[in-house]
Amino acid sequence: MEKKDIIQSVKDSLFTGIIALALFGPIVGLRTASKGEGLFITPQWGLVFILVGLCILGRFLINLNSARKTEFTFFSKFTSKLSSITEEKAKHLAITAILFAVVFPFLPFTDRYFMDVAIMILTYIMLGWGLNIVVGLAGLLDLGYVAFYAVGAYSYALIATTFGWSFWICLPLAGIFAAFFGILLGFPVLRLRGDYLAIVTLGFGEIIRIVLINWYEVTNGPDGITGIPRPSFFGLPFKRSPDEGEASFHTFFNLEYSTMHRIIFLYYLILVLALITNYFTLKIRKLPVGRAWEALREDEIACKSLGVNPTNTKLTAFAIGAMFGGFAGSFFATRQAFISPESFTFIESAIIVAIVVLGGMGSQTGVVLASIFLIGITEMFRDLEQFRMIAFGGAMVLIMVFKPKGILANRKPTIFMHGDKK
Amino acid sequence: MLKISNVETFYGKIQALRGVDLDVNQGEIVSLIGSNGAGKSTLLMTISGVNKAKRGNIVFNGENIENREPHKIVDLGICQVPEGRRIFSRLTVEENLRLGAHANEKGKYFETDIKEVYDLFPVLSDRKTQRGGTLSGGEQQMLAIGRALMSKPKVLLLDEPSLGIAPKLVNQIFISIKNINKEKNVTIFLVEQNAKKALELADRAYVLVNGKVTIKGSGQELLKNKDIQAAYLEGGAKN
Repeated sequence: MEKKDIIQSVKDSLFTGIIALALFGPIVGLRTASKGEGLFITPQWGLVFILVGLCILGRFLINLNSARKTEFTFFSKFTSKLSSITEEKAKHLAITAILFAVVFPFLPFTDRYFMDVAIMILTYIMLGWGLNIVVGLAGLLDLGYVAFYAVGAYSYALIATTFGWSFWICLPLAGIFAAFFGILLGFPVLRLRGDYLAIVTLGFGEIIRIVLINWYEVTNGPDGITGIPRPSFFGLPFKRSPDEGEASFHTFFNLEYSTMHRIIFLYYLILVLALITNYFTLKIRKLPVGRAWEALREDEIACKSLGVNPTNTKLTAFAIGAMFGGFAGSFFATRQAFISPESFTFIESAIIVAIVVLGGMGSQTGVVLASIFLIGITEMFRDLEQFRMIAFGGAMVLIMVFKPKGILANRKPTIFMHGDKK
Repeated sequence: MLKISNVETFYGKIQALRGVDLDVNQGEIVSLIGSNGAGKSTLLMTISGVNKAKRGNIVFNGENIENREPHKIVDLGICQVPEGRRIFSRLTVEENLRLGAHANEKGKYFETDIKEVYDLFPVLSDRKTQRGGTLSGGEQQMLAIGRALMSKPKVLLLDEPSLGIAPKLVNQIFISIKNINKEKNVTIFLVEQNAKKALELADRAYVLVNGKVTIKGSGQELLKNKDIQAAYLEGGAKN
């Protein structure tokens, strides 16, 4: 490495430091505290200097790394190794992962907290896989995916509380409703692409949320819907003391009552739902409609000239992606037993898009890794309270620096028309 | 077979075609030559239905097609190989070909059709599993033509098949076009800037200038035409 490069790196790092100072100074440095009457500002310059120092050091290390043009970091080596493994032994890896997921609830160290995190990660994996159909395969950037999640959750909640139908009837209905909303969104955006599409879908997500807040008669507004029925194990409820003449899960199987039964059941439920989503996506990719999605992502004009109907292709992608979002929403509603518009804000859409993009667009395994990584890291730092979002952001930055095309960029970058190899 | 009368196409307020009249008969190779911006590609896009004609008629085998959706037009048997090939670069060669069969009864005769394409362009068979984007320009052009053939067209519309391709491969592609016409009995409507090659190949040809057909005749006649020689053949090279 030349001296010139080092000087350049130092300059660049110091510049980063200035930006960091400008950002952290007011945000971290000036803390408002209420003492008696009124607010007082307590400066925390020590913390600011530590953060700024970290930024400078981090930037300097990155510069050193790129100047040497070598990948010495553990992370990027690990993921490229993972990429090559998944290509060779994708099947073995998938089976191992599924087996692990199946035995996970019974492992010795698994407690209630682990199960909750696992259920949350699986929910995001399912949402990621659902969105992958729209974003990864059909190439339609949807920033309002949470809308379908919300539609699914609310359809489930409303049907279940109004008619008292079982989970297994409400689930497909919620999926159908969500798919219908997918088509509803699809029609106005048929002619849009890229950024424009993203903006409209973003707006759609907000519209749904605002309707949920304001349509008080139906959705109960910001108060949300309470008392959503819990799922039952094929008719056997998870209750401590079942009603007269009714069997509950633990009495039927002669088990000691435990709240874990329900948690474990929910875990398997979301696992199965997620695996169905994945299986469906893998199968449909090999069918004409799935190939048409991918072709549409590559080149719309070529699609038209070959007789692919872009209208139907886009609408099916939106509908099917939305349907899986709706399924995940029903699961969310039944798990929480309470839903309100609070749960369906833009940040949810952003997290799901982040999972798909960081996983490597269109890569199913990538979605799994990104979900575990992003949600897991955020959970690990839960003790840091509001600072855990920094961990989330940090995880994203890490992936983008070392793996700009996502953790598993199985699909090579687009090589354009004149990309001759000879 | 394909009759285009008085077609006018606009891009917003800009008029690209100013009343084009043109015929393509069953089994012919018809070439359309013209300089950049004359409206050649627009005409093809208008026939395919990707751009809509504001005025005029396009009749294919007795049916008006000027207001049909592009995929319906492909179903009728008109398929376009678009300019710049437009390969699905991240999909494999075989996936690209399968997409061509999309309109053709969803790939029912896929196996025999794909074999015919591989016989026509053996190089594609060697590269079946390769991504479309990793092929050379010439190979991509072959793939684009093969992909269009998978839809079993009656008329094949070719937009500048020689664009950006090594001269040696250009010859090969023109020979293939001739074979497709003679052996598979596919009518060819060829749009080219490489006027000499296009006229040599053509049974009949048209010259398009500023959105209007100015000269028409047999390929040989046009090759001997003084004006065309000056404007499109020698002139282009000397200037």
